[in-house]
Amino acid sequence: MTFQQPRVETSPKVSDEIRQTTCYMCACRCGINVHMKTNEDGKKEVAYIEGNRDHPVNKGVLCAKGSAGIMQVNAPSRLKAPLKRVGPRGSGEFEEISWDEALEIAAGWLEPIRKDDPSKLAFFTGRDQSQSFTSFWAQNFGTPNYAAHGGFCSVNMAAAGIYTMGGAFWEFGQPDWDYTKLFLLFGVAEDHDSNPIKMGLGKIKARGARVIGVNPIRSGYNAIADDWVGITPGTDGLFILSLVHVLMKAGKIDLDYLSRFTNAPVLVNQDPNSPDKGLFLRDDHGAPLVINRKTGKLAPFDMAGVRPDLGGSFQMGDVTHVSVFQLMAERYLKDEYAPEAVAERCGIPAKRIRAIASEIARVAFDEAFELDQEWTDFRGEKHDKMIGRPVSFHSMRGVSAHANGFQTCRALHVLQILLGTVEAPGGFRFKPPYPKPVEAHPAPHSRVTPNKPLDGPHLGFVHGPEHLALKSDGSAARIDKAFTWENPMSSHGLMHMVISNAHAGDPYKIDTLFMYMANMSWNSSMNTTGVMEMLTDKGEDGEYKIPRIIYSDAYSSEMVAYADLVLPDTTYLERHDCISMLDRPICEADGAADAIRWPVIEPDRDVRGFQTVLVQLANKMKLPGFTAEDGSAKWQDYADYIVNHERKPGIGPLAGFRGPNGDKAGRGEVNPEQLDRYIKNGGFFVEHIPTEASYFKPWNMAYQDWAVNLGLFDSPQPYLFQLYVEPMRKFQLAAEGHGERQPPDHLRDRIKDTMDPLPIWYETDQQGNEGFTVNALTQRPMAMYHSWGTQNAWLRQLHGHNPLYVPTKLMRENDLQDGDWAKVTSPHGSITVPVMEMAALNNNTVWTWNAIGKRKGTWALEENAPEATKGFLLNHLIHELLPPKGDGMRWANSDPITGQAAWFDLKVKIEKAGAPDDFNESQPVLEPIKSPVGTGPKDLKWKVGK
Amino acid sequence: MTELPTTTDRKMGLVIDLDTCVGCHACVISCKGWNTENYGAPLSDEDAYGADPSGTFLNRVHSFEVQPAATPAQPDPAAQLIHFPKSCLHCEDAPCVTVCPTGASYKRVEDGIVLVNESDCIGCGLCAWSCPYGARELDLAAGVMKKCTLCVDRIYNENLPEVDRVPSCVRTCPAGARHFGDLGDPNSEVSQLVAERGGMDLMPEMGTKPVNKYLPPRPKDQIEDQVDILAPLLAPVTEDAGGFLGWLDKALDKLPGQSSGGTA
Amino acid sequence: MHPAPSVILFTTLSGLGFGLLAFLGLGYPGVTGWVAFVFYAIAYGLAVGGLLASTFHLGRPERALKAFSQWKTSWLSREGICSVAALLVMALYATGAVFMDSHWRVLGIIGAALSLGTVFTTSMIYTQLKTIPRWNMSLTPLMFLSFSLAGGALLAGQESLAPWFLLIAGAVQLAYWVQGDKAFAASGTTMGTATGLGDRGTVRAFEPPHTGTNYLLREFVHVVGRKHAQKLRVISLTLGFVLPVLCLWLPTDSSMVKHLMAAVAVLSHLAGIAVSRWLFFAQAEHVVGLYYGKR
Repeated sequence: MTFQQPRVETSPKVSDEIRQTTCYMCACRCGINVHMKTNEDGKKEVAYIEGNRDHPVNKGVLCAKGSAGIMQVNAPSRLKAPLKRVGPRGSGEFEEISWDEALEIAAGWLEPIRKDDPSKLAFFTGRDQSQSFTSFWAQNFGTPNYAAHGGFCSVNMAAAGIYTMGGAFWEFGQPDWDYTKLFLLFGVAEDHDSNPIKMGLGKIKARGARVIGVNPIRSGYNAIADDWVGITPGTDGLFILSLVHVLMKAGKIDLDYLSRFTNAPVLVNQDPNSPDKGLFLRDDHGAPLVINRKTGKLAPFDMAGVRPDLGGSFQMGDVTHVSVFQLMAERYLKDEYAPEAVAERCGIPAKRIRAIASEIARVAFDEAFELDQEWTDFRGEKHDKMIGRPVSFHSMRGVSAHANGFQTCRALHVLQILLGTVEAPGGFRFKPPYPKPVEAHPAPHSRVTPNKPLDGPHLGFVHGPEHLALKSDGSAARIDKAFTWENPMSSHGLMHMVISNAHAGDPYKIDTLFMYMANMSWNSSMNTTGVMEMLTDKGEDGEYKIPRIIYSDAYSSEMVAYADLVLPDTTYLERHDCISMLDRPICEADGAADAIRWPVIEPDRDVRGFQTVLVQLANKMKLPGFTAEDGSAKWQDYADYIVNHERKPGIGPLAGFRGPNGDKAGRGEVNPEQLDRYIKNGGFFVEHIPTEASYFKPWNMAYQDWAVNLGLFDSPQPYLFQLYVEPMRKFQLAAEGHGERQPPDHLRDRIKDTMDPLPIWYETDQQGNEGFTVNALTQRPMAMYHSWGTQNAWLRQLHGHNPLYVPTKLMRENDLQDGDWAKVTSPHGSITVPVMEMAALNNNTVWTWNAIGKRKGTWALEENAPEATKGFLLNHLIHELLPPKGDGMRWANSDPITGQAAWFDLKVKIEKAGAPDDFNESQPVLEPIKSPVGTGPKDLKWKVGK
Repeated sequence: MTELPTTTDRKMGLVIDLDTCVGCHACVISCKGWNTENYGAPLSDEDAYGADPSGTFLNRVHSFEVQPAATPAQPDPAAQLIHFPKSCLHCEDAPCVTVCPTGASYKRVEDGIVLVNESDCIGCGLCAWSCPYGARELDLAAGVMKKCTLCVDRIYNENLPEVDRVPSCVRTCPAGARHFGDLGDPNSEVSQLVAERGGMDLMPEMGTKPVNKYLPPRPKDQIEDQVDILAPLLAPVTEDAGGFLGWLDKALDKLPGQSSGGTA
Repeated sequence: MHPAPSVILFTTLSGLGFGLLAFLGLGYPGVTGWVAFVFYAIAYGLAVGGLLASTFHLGRPERALKAFSQWKTSWLSREGICSVAALLVMALYATGAVFMDSHWRVLGIIGAALSLGTVFTTSMIYTQLKTIPRWNMSLTPLMFLSFSLAGGALLAGQESLAPWFLLIAGAVQLAYWVQGDKAFAASGTTMGTATGLGDRGTVRAFEPPHTGTNYLLREFVHVVGRKHAQKLRVISLTLGFVLPVLCLWLPTDSSMVKHLMAAVAVLSHLAGIAVSRWLFFAQAEHVVGLYYGKR
């Protein structure tokens, strides 16, 4: 019979206009097409968001967060106007004020500080994508107290990568998805670079390549791993060094690569009494020396025609020098790294470790391939082919967030280098402006002069004790004690220590705490309840111990209630931003790229982009870098700064469309039309790397020249990968008593033990944890990672509350069923939370989704929202300090090298607290906060078009 | 018309790769976004910021744990976690269509897409009852049945660039775990995938003949069985304590231009 | 399945109403005039009331008329048509009985057939659903029909027939429960077939797609009350069948007691059937629950 189907409109108009900008639902920075439709009032509204196909980061795809951006832009939790606190701190009682008044108040607090002692301002930005600008502001204000959130996020991975090979994962580099045949993933990695990694996994899965996941939890990417290694948390470094042991022992390492491109052949002083012990033998120009196999004589590593000898040694008088490689062989061939010796501690059978090592060796060497591409290295030597080693690795927060994280990350980078996969086809590829050796980064600066800018950039990389941020009396120059003997290589600062140090007045008291987008009174802090107390604690004089708090956020987060002055930010679709090459750009392995955000909609509230507010504040205070010689303001707002600021002549925040005609890339004069050109180009700019420059970039002169041309460097910066990190040895030397700057005695042993210039593994500090035997971890779900707030009406339906996932074995042992309540205790505190069984989990590890739990009264949610009743934070169990050791010292719960917060060292015990009906709410229950924005609407039917 | 067409010209549908899906929910929200703004009534959300938020979704991602049985080779096999996106399977023998009392539910002759004509739907829910897969959800605000349209308003949409004429979930999937095409054409890419990877039906015993197929996860945790660790690959280069440097010297000699004292 | 009051009320009342209409159409009892009016009023009250109740279940009740169009495939459509036909034919027949003191026999038989047909089509709405193994059994229409006939006989005052019909219906009910309890397992549908992962190992639902609830869970997954199922079955059987039979068989000569007992029997039966219907829904497990690890 004939079907009389209804006629369906198969070609409806999709939208009235597409505006292309950059997503900010997480840190991934994908390009988005924002489809606008005209509503009944004739106003264009956001109707639909999809990925931008031309964009270098996401190539059209978009994650759940990105598509849910529309619910973020209409969120009822958006702050509406500047707020002045009228009730006690933490109450949430505010009055709305004008921007004039808000800026007047802020400048009124800040100006006297600047004139008197700029270090009394602590300016810390959390989820900041404008660090080159915010640091510029802080530097011109003159305070040494500036950093973003890297210290409690993933500094171990970043710093270990920079020190070892001039870059790490995510924004620094990525696996060569097109060629890799074996991919190993360590720890929680669903966080950064999320869409590119998913795209990459998809690519290699389509080829049937093997994915190995090393993670106590088999969720997310690990769920699709062909082989899962449910490792004991905190032992990744030991596992990696065991792989190194097996591979070295079998000679399955890339000797040619090691001798040419790494410091493996560099000679190291072995004189036990010398102040140079463990330092490199260098020539008069400071170039590290190697033995040239052609001549058997000493030669600088970069001499044309040199054949560095991996097994070289050199006697100079009484002093023996041996190659780094010999030191490595001596260490890693020891039986203590044999699979059989580490199996139990890692929770991985020795056979499995050997099988994985074997597979790595097979793919790296038996499946090696050649790209028919000539290239010339920095010694002037021509290579007629590019040799591919198709094994690649990735890791981010998981292995970073342990007190041994820096050394573990080092071990991972060293493993890649031993295999010769870094910058080889099929291996790991840097993204511009990386590779960039540690020497090309600034050292930290902290010298304060009243009424003057700081003496240089705050953050950087120390090369030895001489770069520590110490005052003349040896005390910490920075409020977070970054770059001190407690954590010498804290390249991203220690945002997580700011509040507790400021509260304790240690190393000194501050006057104003100024924060941006950092939920420090909730999920971004260890010891959450303690932090709330510190923020509200008063001294004997009745004044708050942290006298003034200014906070900027777009939403009614938990932190808002603790501010004295709230500067409401815009949402990401209402603002200008630049994701700059000066900062953390969006480059891919094949090209240099940067991007902008621009107001695709105008705010319907009295809010301003935070960076514009900083410009306005700077102008009010006439900060040096912001003020022209005639005393006038250089820029009116952030967009003005983005276009017209020049860091160096011809180099500004944006690399694209420079010069009067907009045809210059990287270097070029200011172009007033630059933002329009970006908008026309889809919100981004990309400059592709020439084919001959696309691999072996640290040593490839074609790349080096291209990078100089683009303004990434001022001169070529070829360098050797640092298997042996000499700056670490310099700290050890100091701890051994050499040199002028000396660590306090109580830190000497720890520095000697942990700052080994070759990767080591050590137990994380579990003292005081007796009886707490179960590892407790967190991760954020992919639909929320790095996403600012779970109030999103669509996303909160996916993850509205979070159970504690408990392995089958612990469920049985504790007589637990799904939905039961368990009391989870750490040396620091206890929580009572609902549990759910998970079989695909290390059998001594529990975990939960982080930052689902919300405080009552926040995020415009109703007080009985599941986030506030069943949702919970593990943060209550984690202290920023380790349990007392009886030595009277405060020992931070962080990596002793970088100060990275050791979130994942948490150990707990777990016991049944009750059946599902025995509790209504997760414990502890905190007092509700008065919402400055009320609560959201009951029902949603969001449709802009007819 | 609730009679099913005896044949459809094409069998458009999805192939979902369970070996690749990482469970990120990108497809879920992209679908929510597109279908809220497009075909029919918006997908509403009740109690959106309250205690019991519950909205209409046409695509949801489940997750399952699979515990393989112990074998002599693997006495203690690890459990596996599988992310499992699920939406309308556009069945050839769609019971949801035939049960509909008003003719609102129908299967299109030209491409086999199962649709609800919302202006005819009385919201009786019977189609949802008849669907084994939970593919249909009654929208509480509109009172009509919502379901996956296979983005019928995208796949032929002349206002979209050709490359974008795929369902929203397919376009957005970061891992590329969703494939769209004509499963009635044995030569189509999706049919090839199904053939190569052993694509399967869900609940075949229901007799619904789903058009959408699922590619099963590849075998997992086999590395110890696949890799012979005693093979020469990992044989130590030397057993002597000091022998490693001796081996190194010889190995370096074999490298081009590396022999000691030699010239380039 | 969610035991929606509208649907329980609908199937219970209309089943009874159409059962009574069937008896009236066959001439049991062959009443006329005012007595007939009362009988028909009760029958129509139950049948139409039930049908009206069912519309509360609809998302867009104002479009209910569209439901008559798909009789070729849809049991719900057939039920609508059948019920309207039954009500119309029986209305004509009732007009004869009430106002014209005559029983148009052929019309009555057709009306009775249509009335039972309505009950049958109602039952087929549930029976056809492979997704709910407990309903997808030939005992389902048998149960609906036997309940309707027993209730009809009871309401029609068929003292001699009613106890036997009640006993048969009770037996069918028992058989339905026994077979129903095995139905899900017998259907062969498991989490393994639902996911296609069954041959890899034991499948367990892990994280649900959303932490909150949704239409599917509200409609298809009803776990509360199952633990009381056995108790409710006893109550249902007792009230629905045992007590009415005892009432009818109570040896008494007093017509007063007899009428009282008949009234108790009717009310008890009604309550029993309602409980049975609640169980019919509440105990029905939809296969979609497998995706949520719930049944």
